[in-house]
This record gives sequence, structure tokens and C-alpha cells, in this order.
Amino acid sequence: MIRIEAPPVLEVRDLQTWFDTERGLVRSVDGVSFSARPGETVAIVGESGSGKSVTSLSVMRLIAAPAGKIMGGSILFRGRDGGLRDLVTADAATMRTLRGNEISMIFQEPMTSLNPVYPVGDQIAEAIALHRNLGRKQAWAEAVRMLELVGIPASATRAKDYPHQMSGGMRQRVMIAMALACRPLLLIADEPTTALDVTIQAQILELMRQAQREMGMAILFITHNLGVVAEMADRVVVMYGGRVVESGPIDQVFRTPLHPYTRGLMASVPGSPFRFRDARGRLRLQAIPGNVPDPRHLPPGCAFASRCADATDACTAAMPVLEAVAADHQVRCLRWKELLP
Amino acid sequence: MNAPLLDVRDLTTTFPVGSNLLGRPKAKVHAVDQVSFSVARGEMVGLVGESGSGKTTVGRSILRLTQPTSGAVSFDGTDILSLKPSAFQAYRRRMQLIFQDPFASLDPRKNIEGIIAEPLSIHRLLPRAQWRDRIAELLGMVGLTPEAMKRYPHEFSGGQRQRIGIARALAVKPDFIVADEPVSALDVSIQAQVLNLLQDLQADLGLTMLFISHDLAVVEHACDRIVVMYMGRIMETANTADLYANPRHPYTRALLSAVPSLDLDRRREKIILKGDIPSPINPPSGCVFRTRCPHATEICARERPVLAEASPGHAVACLRAGEI
Ligand SMILES: Nc1ncnc2c1ncn2[C@@H]1O[C@H](COP(=O)(O)OP(=O)(O)OP(=O)(O)O)[C@@H](O)[C@H]1O
Ligand SMILES: Nc1ncnc2c1ncn2[C@@H]1O[C@H](COP(=O)(O)OP(=O)(O)OP(=O)(O)O)[C@@H](O)[C@H]1O
Ligand code: SF4
Ligand code: SF4
Ligand SMILES: [Mg+2]
Ligand SMILES: [Mg+2]
Repeated sequence: MIRIEAPPVLEVRDLQTWFDTERGLVRSVDGVSFSARPGETVAIVGESGSGKSVTSLSVMRLIAAPAGKIMGGSILFRGRDGGLRDLVTADAATMRTLRGNEISMIFQEPMTSLNPVYPVGDQIAEAIALHRNLGRKQAWAEAVRMLELVGIPASATRAKDYPHQMSGGMRQRVMIAMALACRPLLLIADEPTTALDVTIQAQILELMRQAQREMGMAILFITHNLGVVAEMADRVVVMYGGRVVESGPIDQVFRTPLHPYTRGLMASVPGSPFRFRDARGRLRLQAIPGNVPDPRHLPPGCAFASRCADATDACTAAMPVLEAVAADHQVRCLRWKELLP
Repeated sequence: MNAPLLDVRDLTTTFPVGSNLLGRPKAKVHAVDQVSFSVARGEMVGLVGESGSGKTTVGRSILRLTQPTSGAVSFDGTDILSLKPSAFQAYRRRMQLIFQDPFASLDPRKNIEGIIAEPLSIHRLLPRAQWRDRIAELLGMVGLTPEAMKRYPHEFSGGQRQRIGIARALAVKPDFIVADEPVSALDVSIQAQVLNLLQDLQADLGLTMLFISHDLAVVEHACDRIVVMYMGRIMETANTADLYANPRHPYTRALLSAVPSLDLDRRREKIILKGDIPSPINPPSGCVFRTRCPHATEICARERPVLAEASPGHAVACLRAGEI
């Protein structure tokens, strides 16, 4: 359950994270704002390169310096002690105590965060011992309990397995066990099921929902899969070219998408209710023409203008602002009112 | 209906794995196990299943890129598995492959003209003087301009590279195409462009296609008929509308219910399967799905279900299909 009355655990305001590369400056994340309350799942959705991972790595403060840098904005995190901290300015020691403890993260490919030379149980126990002040034996017992909680059969035996002895779905469960071991307030999941088969994905999504019901953490769920968003999210943030183009409660954004990009995206998904029939009576997808823009050369106005069927001269003249259309629903399009369905 | 263009009978492909001290293989992977289906002219048949279910191996075995262990593949009435390589060459022209990974499947050292010219040169279909015009025409068919000819693969986006791969496959005027996960690596807006393109080409050129995908929504959208595989075997096959409306096999039901739906009103109770896919080296006895099937009984461990027609055009391989 979302605790509506509770203040947000995470409040990102006007975040800017840029990379200085040989081929030019990349404004990967440029003025992104959103917040997440305890028990709430906020999905960030967008196509490849839209800035989803950079947003989540910024919250973890894992942006690789010196090329990458948080240039502006704030990331307010309300910790277990109730105090509010800005993670943009927090020192390295503070971040170390928060990471893997109050804030944890799971990635698409568990092998990148599991150590291949240690049994999985040891790795979870170590994280527990580090943050929870438990002895070795107790930490091991707790690790086995976590593995059982995430549905690993014979967990006491499997805890001694090395990562490579497990299937992709099992490894993702281990990652989740490790991420949940310290009962985080915020769980960031970056494409946690993208590499998995659909029946295994269903298991993992169910596991995450169940863990959230029991522990009440906020989940920041990053994915390019709109179906997964529809199943998991309470609120959704749609990104394009490093900016938020639309955000709001899932029931509003997915039933009546207002931004032409959100609409296009929803109509391009096979199986979408927004498909149409052509003259031959065949079901057709509404393809968005052209390509995702190069983040090094974003146009001055609306970044979507070159692909938008509704673009006018005004759209390329200046960047549209993110406008509130309802209490909690925002859209960045000059013409959203005229284009109302 | 007229005779199918492609007919696959009891196709079985195993791979040796591991080796003992004498270098003999210790075990084998049952990648494809007694698979039978056919594809009518002009039909788009979807082959779906989870990773490792044997989809790619079916496609490669049909094109003789992988040597099947047993079974028969007949193409336009000819048993192509028993043809000598020289005799097969003419059939190879008529059957082309489109790959999943547009990044890996194009030679980075060749420009686009060279890439598309390659099948023209192998199959000597056209005098060299006509290649350029043909390549320009092919690029137009896939929505690219002739300027692309002088450029190299790295200068193109994923969707554009996939278009180039399609143009290459079409160069020698095939009648049959195996498309192995042709849109899986693409962003959704680009995936829609390529799916629409494949649908148009199929209709305009009268192509017959075997469309391999792990994505049930993609095959539902694109295909006339669906073949569902699990651990090398066919579980169920039916025309698309029938399969999605009345899935009969417990695996198909679980698979369909696991697909995340965009439709908020369909956020429904799911059938969550227990456990993982078993090892293909030691597949379960009887029904291969029984270790995860919510309806399994002891008979499922003893008997191997055969694919049997449950209603016209709708076949199911489940011992208990009548009861559940
Ligand atoms: N370390 C880096 N150095 C330079 N540019 C980077 C770096 N990390 C990300 N970028 C750029 O920032 C932009 C946003 O990248 P990001 O990884 O956030 O995309 P994403 O939305 O997560 O995409 P995907 O769906 O492909 O994971 C991209 O243009 C990317 O090339
Ligand atoms: N050359 C090979 N040698 C040994 N085993 C193989 C070989 N090719 C495939 N296999 C095995 O055969 C089985 C079927 O593989 P195949 O690639 O056909 O599956 P698939 O359905 O295409 O899966 P995916 O969705 O991952 O592409 C798998 O268990 C795979 O590991
Ligand atoms: S601002 Fe203009 S170009 Fe941008 S999405 Fe709106 S209508 Fe399209
Ligand atoms: S044969 Fe038995 S185990 Fe196999 S699908 Fe049918 S009920 Fe399930
Ligand atoms: Mg990413
Ligand atoms: Mg494959």
C-alpha cells in the first residue's frame, strides 16, 4: 500500500547530469524531477539513450567522474532517522552507509554485480554483516532466510553455490535477496527482468510486488517495456532525450496519454489497444517515423519535433515547459490542449 | 488449400556436448525433438518459445545451416535434406534468413552496396551491370535512399541496419524467409517500423515467412498461425486468433498470462509457473513440461504426449487436454 500521508522518500528536483565526451557534451539528464513515496512504485520509461540509467545512477551517486558530473538540481532522500539529505552534496562516507542499506539497486545483468569467485550466500551475508551489525553466523543464517524468501528452493544448500552454477532467473533472485537484505527504504531496479524469459519475468515481478507489500519500500522501476510499466507502476515518468515529457499516475497517463510521444509509444507496442486497421483490414502499429535523436545534438525546441506529426514552427523555436494538466499529471508539449482527443 | 510450400516432418536435431577421455561426446542436447509443421504459400507462421526452446535450431536446420539428426524437410515438394550440396544451392537462393542482431550480421568492412551485392554474386542471378539498379531498388523497398550504398554499417542506427539486412535477404528474390527475432534488438518505436515493413513486403511480394520470436505480442500482431515450442518440442499450434482466444495447452496458457499487458483493465491474476526450465541434456520423461505444469499427474511422467488435433487446425500435445 502507498502511504499517501507519508512524505516522499525520494524527491528529485531539476536534476542535470552531463558527460563531457570526446565527441561533445552529452546532456544525458537535463532537468528531471519526480518523487516517490513509501510503498509506491514509480516507473521511468523511455527508449534507449533517453537517460533512464543515468537518472538512477545519479541517485546512487555512481556517475563516473571526471567525464560524468551532476551539474545541478537536488536529490532529497529521507533516511531511516527521518532526516532529509541532499544526495547531490552528500559526502562519500554518507553514500557508503546508505548504499546497499537504505537505498539498494538491482541491475539487468546480475553477473555484473555478483562476485563470480564467492558463493552467493557469502556475498549476501557480507552485505548484512556490514550494515546490520550481526556476527558471521547470524549473518549467514539471515542470508539463507533471504534466499528462501525470494523463492530459492533448498536455500541452505544453494547458498553455497557460485553465481555461474545458477540460471539467469535464480541469479536475479539472489540479487533481489541481496538488495532486500537490509530492508531498504528505496529499491532502484534498472531493467531487472529485461534479460529474462517471460515466465521467469512474471515470477520476478510477483516477487518484487510481494516484497514491497511486506517491507513497504518505494521502488524506482526503470524499463523500456510499457507492458511491465502497466503491471507494476503507480506512477510513470516518460523520458525522451534526457527530459521528462510526461509524468503522472498510471491510470491517467496510460488511459489518456497527452504527449504525442507517449501516444506514439503506446500505439507502437504490438498488442496495444491503440492499434488500428488499415484499408486491407490488417492490424497496424502506429510507427513513430525517424530515429531517437542524438543527445549531443539536440534541437533547440521540442526534442521530439522532428518525429512529431503535430509539430509546428513554434515547436522548434523554444523548449516547451513541463506544464501541470492536473494535480499530479504533467506534460511537456506546446499543443497538448489543442490535441486533446 | 494448395500444397504447403514448406513441410517439416519429425525434425530432430541433437548436439553433442562435453567429451570423455577418448574425445567422444558424453551427452547430447535435444535441441529439436520430433517437430512437425507446415507453412502454406503466402503464410506468415510464428515460432514462439522461451530461450533455449529450439527455435533458432529449427530455422537453421530447415536452411541446412545445421545438420539435423533425423526427419524430413520438404520445400515446394522436394525433400531438400537429401539433396547434394550442388543441387541444394538453387533452393538456398529461394530460402533466405534475416538475423536478430543487426550489429553482428553485417560485415563492418564492406559498404552497403558490397553487402547487398554479395548474395547477387553468389547466386549469379543478374548481370553485373544491373546490380547497382537492383540495389537501389532494394534500398527503396526497405525505406532507405540510394545514397546509403556508399556508407558503412556503423553509420546506421539499429533499425536502419535491420532494413539493410532485409534488403540483403530480398536481393535474390526468395519465396521463403526465416526471420529469426528480426525486431528483438530494436526500440519499440523502431520495432513498429520494421514490423510494418515486413508486413508490407510480405503482402506485396507474396512472401512466405517463418517468423521466430520469444515475444508473444509480436507474433500475435504479425503472424497468421503460431507454433508454440518448449524444450525442443511443439506444445500447441493453431491460427493466431484461435490460439490467443482459446489456448488449450497448460504451457501456452501460462505463457500468455505471463505477457505484461498495456491494457490496465487486464491487469489480472497470473498463472505463475514454478521453477526453471529443466536441462535439455536430461529432459524430463514423458511430457517435458510436467516439472512446471500445474496439472501434471503421474501419467505425465510415463507417457509422451503426441501433437493431436483438438479442433480443425488446432493441435495440442497434452495428455490431459480433454479434461482441463
Ligand atoms: N559514461 C558515459 N559516458 C558518456 N555518455 C554516456 C555515459 N553514460 C551514458 N551516456 C549517454 O547518456 C545518454 C543516456 O544514457 P542512459 O544509459 O541513461 O540511457 P537509458 O535510457 O538507460 O538507455 P537504455 O534503454 O539503452 O539502457 C546516452 O546518450 C548515453 O550515450
Ligand atoms: N551449436 C550448438 N551446440 C550445442 N548446443 C546447442 C547448439 N546450438 C544450440 N544448442 C542448444 O540447443 C538448445 C536450443 O537452442 P536454440 O538456440 O535453438 O534455442 P532458441 O529457442 O533459439 O533460444 P533463444 O530464444 O535463446 O534464441 C539450447 O539448449 C541450446 O543451448
Ligand atoms: S511541442 Fe510540438 S513537436 Fe513537441 S510534442 Fe508537442 S506538438 Fe509535437
Ligand atoms: S501432459 Fe501432463 S504435464 Fe504435460 S501439459 Fe498435459 S497435463 Fe501438463
Ligand atoms: Mg539503461
Ligand atoms: Mg534463437
